[in-house]
Amino acid sequence: MIDISLLLNWLFQALVAFVATVAFAVIFHTPPKEYLLTGVTGGIGWAVYLIAVHFGCGVVAASFLATVALAWLSRIFAFAHKAPATVYLICGIFPLVPGAGIYYTGYYFFMGNNALALDKGLETIKIAIAIALGIGIVLSLPQFLFTFRRAASQKSEK
Amino acid sequence: MSEASSTGSVLELSFHMGQTLLENGAEISRVQETMERVARAYHAEEFNVYVLTNAVFAVGVENGTERRMELKHVPASTIHFGRICAVNQLSREISQGKHTVEEALARLEEIRNLPYSFLPLSIFACAVGSAAFSFLFGGSGWDALTAFICGLMLESFLYWTGKRKLSKFLTNLSASALVTLLAFVLLLAGLGQNLDKIIIGSIIRLVPGVALTTSIRDFFHGDYLSGTIRMIDALLVGGCIAVGVGVVVRILSTLTGGALL
Repeated sequence: MIDISLLLNWLFQALVAFVATVAFAVIFHTPPKEYLLTGVTGGIGWAVYLIAVHFGCGVVAASFLATVALAWLSRIFAFAHKAPATVYLICGIFPLVPGAGIYYTGYYFFMGNNALALDKGLETIKIAIAIALGIGIVLSLPQFLFTFRRAASQKSEK
Repeated sequence: MSEASSTGSVLELSFHMGQTLLENGAEISRVQETMERVARAYHAEEFNVYVLTNAVFAVGVENGTERRMELKHVPASTIHFGRICAVNQLSREISQGKHTVEEALARLEEIRNLPYSFLPLSIFACAVGSAAFSFLFGGSGWDALTAFICGLMLESFLYWTGKRKLSKFLTNLSASALVTLLAFVLLLAGLGQNLDKIIIGSIIRLVPGVALTTSIRDFFHGDYLSGTIRMIDALLVGGCIAVGVGVVVRILSTLTGGALL
């Protein structure tokens, strides 16, 4: 079901998403030492999205899963680097934000294709809600879920 | 009522830290927590603060005198994560007791003057981002190259409108229209194959990802008013982009007899 070429394709796409995320980190004046981790967040978020779509998730569900993954990562990175989670989250979210949805909504709306415009508009809003739920749920989880590994390693050192 | 104050006021420090965070795009709960943490660290006798997306109200008692401060400002459209990270670090050090008030104020002044990214670098980053997104959403290599050029133009245009203080509404409308037009011209010139993929890649720079994310964070933190303000912001910006792109595509397709997309 998953062959090498598909895996390579995912890897390449994740790399492109990495580059895209770092580019947005530059635009938002992120400190250079955070570039790597923002890129990793974005790349993994996109990879999760691709894999979810491959296994039959709809676009909305896949956006939700990818958002959960990247919000989780940004909390881990935020704890590790003592930086605000927002930095990783906002840069990493851009591949998932429904830019295509906005485009097609506007396109069909002005081309007079009302049914498709409504269809795309609703899908865009659904994706936005999926992203909202993903972020909201992960950010409301208690802190220890993102720090336990460090706590454990500190304990074993003692 | 913020009067001319003696240097080294705790309330002043806390207030300006909150202001810096808010202006550079931090979420409400972070602003509020930072301000309270700083006031607590320096043992202000009493401190109450209320933060909105475009305003901060703070009342505190310091050395026996009550002081009020308020700030209202237009929601900042420039995001500067560097400053947010730096203020975050400063507030962490303050609560560890590493700074006197004067030192902290001096450090804050440095943070507020942290430079923006080098402009050509921003332009290049926007171009690379546009190209990458165009590819991710299914464009070919040529589409990505076209989106690269669109990205170069887009960020330069945004810099120009930023300097002219053009309203957010007009900026997004005109920028998305410009990108669409440019993509079409480049397509006619033989560069790129899929108009939709080129445009989608290029408008990601304008898409309200920051407003959406921050709004969600505010909502889930119980700051419903601020969350609503930012959500409306996200909806309006998204709408502007859709209109800007849609109108231009419609005009072009009428002119070319519907041979588009």
